[in-house]
Amino acid sequence: MSEMREPIESGCPDGFQYMHPVMRKNYGNWAYHEDPRPGVLLHVAHSGDKIWTIRVGTQRILDLYTLRKLTEIGDKYGDGYVHFTIRSNIEYQVADEAKVEPLIKAVEEAGFIVGGTRNSVTTLSHTQGWLHCDIPGTDASGVVKAMMDELIDEFRNWNMPNRVHITTSCCQINCGGQGDIAINVQHTKPPRINHDLVANVCERPSVVARCPVAAIRPAMVNGKPSLEVDEKKCICCGACFPPCPPMQINDAEYTKLAIWVGGNHSNARGKPTFQKLVAAGIPNNPPRWPEATAIVKNILKVYKEDAKDWERINDWIERIGWPRFFELTGLPFTRYHVDNWRGARKNLNASTHIRF
Amino acid sequence: MADKIYDTPMLDELEHGEWPSFISGIKRLRDNHEDERIRSVTNSLLGQLEHSYETRKGYWKGGTVSVYGYGGGIIPRFSEVAASFPESKEFHTLRVQPPAGNFYTTDMLNQLADSWEKYGSGLITFHGQTGNIMFIGTDTDNTQHFFDEINEYGWDLGGAGPCVRTGMSCVGAARCEMSCAHEHVIHRHLLNNFTDDVHRPALPYKFKFKISGCPNDCQNAIERSDFAVIGTWRDDMKVDQEQVKAYCETKGRQYLIDNVISRCPTNALALTDDNELQVDNRNCVRCMHCLNVMPKALSPGDDKGVTILIGGKRTLKIGDLMGTVIVPFMKLETEEDYEQLVEFAEEVIDFWAENGLEHERCGEMIERIGLVNFLEGLDIDVDPHMISNPRNVSYVRTDGWDEAAKEWFAKQAEKKAAQA
Repeated sequence: MSEMREPIESGCPDGFQYMHPVMRKNYGNWAYHEDPRPGVLLHVAHSGDKIWTIRVGTQRILDLYTLRKLTEIGDKYGDGYVHFTIRSNIEYQVADEAKVEPLIKAVEEAGFIVGGTRNSVTTLSHTQGWLHCDIPGTDASGVVKAMMDELIDEFRNWNMPNRVHITTSCCQINCGGQGDIAINVQHTKPPRINHDLVANVCERPSVVARCPVAAIRPAMVNGKPSLEVDEKKCICCGACFPPCPPMQINDAEYTKLAIWVGGNHSNARGKPTFQKLVAAGIPNNPPRWPEATAIVKNILKVYKEDAKDWERINDWIERIGWPRFFELTGLPFTRYHVDNWRGARKNLNASTHIRF
Repeated sequence: MADKIYDTPMLDELEHGEWPSFISGIKRLRDNHEDERIRSVTNSLLGQLEHSYETRKGYWKGGTVSVYGYGGGIIPRFSEVAASFPESKEFHTLRVQPPAGNFYTTDMLNQLADSWEKYGSGLITFHGQTGNIMFIGTDTDNTQHFFDEINEYGWDLGGAGPCVRTGMSCVGAARCEMSCAHEHVIHRHLLNNFTDDVHRPALPYKFKFKISGCPNDCQNAIERSDFAVIGTWRDDMKVDQEQVKAYCETKGRQYLIDNVISRCPTNALALTDDNELQVDNRNCVRCMHCLNVMPKALSPGDDKGVTILIGGKRTLKIGDLMGTVIVPFMKLETEEDYEQLVEFAEEVIDFWAENGLEHERCGEMIERIGLVNFLEGLDIDVDPHMISNPRNVSYVRTDGWDEAAKEWFAKQAEKKAAQA
């Protein structure tokens, strides 16, 4: 142990040292931006300085070869400075307009995709899934790869009424966050409990405390201290699985996908909104999840046809109403759409505002 | 190399199509890398992932791995199917804090890649959902070696477990005309004040800071962080009438009315017959829509600061919560202003650490005890900016009303005197 090295608790590094010099020089003094073409932003400073940003979609799980390819392009065709967006797009910044087209060409020749700006479908934000998570009901990188293959033209072009953020999550913790469209795991059966392991693996009181509906209680099973689930109360959320792996929630058949729409983090126009459930019972079908992709594409098609400029999906549905949303998308409206969680009545229609 | 290359018929299906394939990337490491260690660990990883695809189950389990001196920052992963895929039996992720604003030079990315090549699987993600650089896949010994190496040139671990988590901030003042705050300065002031709470998990649950420079909230701070700092302004927005006219000429008067004037959530905009934009600034809620549509014509005002919302989180346990406005406006100019921000964050975390239940997020605690109790605990006055509307249920004891009303008038008089 004598050779153990004390950590340097430097915390969050200063980003200024890695910032493009034109950005450093004009920090806090930008005047406006323009969108010369999809995937490219031009920002103009009060000083008159300009910087071009080329936004590029990648596979997010980068291998060393891919990362080095991205940096090689940045050195050869860019200025050696990059920025990552919250949705894992890499952005090259260049101060010379003449560099833009060659850089785009190099990026595309290397197999990456330029786009994701303004009213496009940008890269799906996603979580770890089977590749690395300890509780996933599905994969994330695979879902995203399969969907982006089909949505690639929507990434490359400005076809949408406003920007579209899609997210995926592999369990009901929903690390992927809110999205205009979210594809999330929805378990449909209570956990299957391995009673031989519970006493040794799980801290039972904290597992009981995790349950949102108080459906778990301590019990002796086969002479061993364990836990039991009131299956009538259980909402199949899987909250008990992380603290107690013997309460297996994932199932090859009964772990399904659900699709939610209308989440919007921005304060633009209305206040930020949560996403709402629109489709469930979708098979968790690797390797390409065609059923989920088909529903997402259908929602996007209807949104594209029916929404007005600048309407995000939540704005659009607020204008046309939920009955029309279900009518236009052809999705079934079921009793599972009617909220019964705490505060649910605010989600019910207490008016005669009805579109006929 | 392992005796065999695992067959991956399902994963191979993810090599078709135009979007870049992570499977092809992992296979390049498996097939081409000169280091036998990387070739075999990626082969094994692909084998286990294929097994997951076939059986629709995950096979990683957590555990306890950290680096010397820290209690968190590593996501330990041990394979439950190590007998079949032994070379990736330990496959931990290091969460590393990104620079505030996610800026990198290509040189620095290459340096990080070189270090990871020595000790890890060769897989990296920029960034995870909390904002960390994710160095995915190494064993327990190499976790320490890799950390030691990158820690020497400026990189530190992020949070994992019940602790202050890695923060996030938007591109902000570095490249955005909407920026109303020094996002990266705020980010580092907050995070680096809580370094101990990042590295040594001892809080009720996770606590996240996210900073967005304007109400577009590109960092999803209101929905996804316990402590959301959002840039805003108090004075009038700036209008360049020439640019308004230019926009009108290019896009048409009707388009401007339909997409700007009538979309204003508080009807604070009007277009005159001479195509001049009139703004009712007292009723503008800084939603950003009109600025987003006409960035050349409209800009935030000069009296900038931040709004702070507390208690946002995702689903577990009680359902999704947005943050609630606790500080409607805070000026962030002087060193004292920043100290005040950090002190406020300390007070919030201290109160929650004392009063939160195990595995209870700050917003869930506020939901349980009520906003007023939270405010009293922090010695913050109630403010009508904190609510959408007053209570609509009459079940409330109001026998302290007269005193509360007196307090309100006294505070209003104090404020007026301070302004005069």
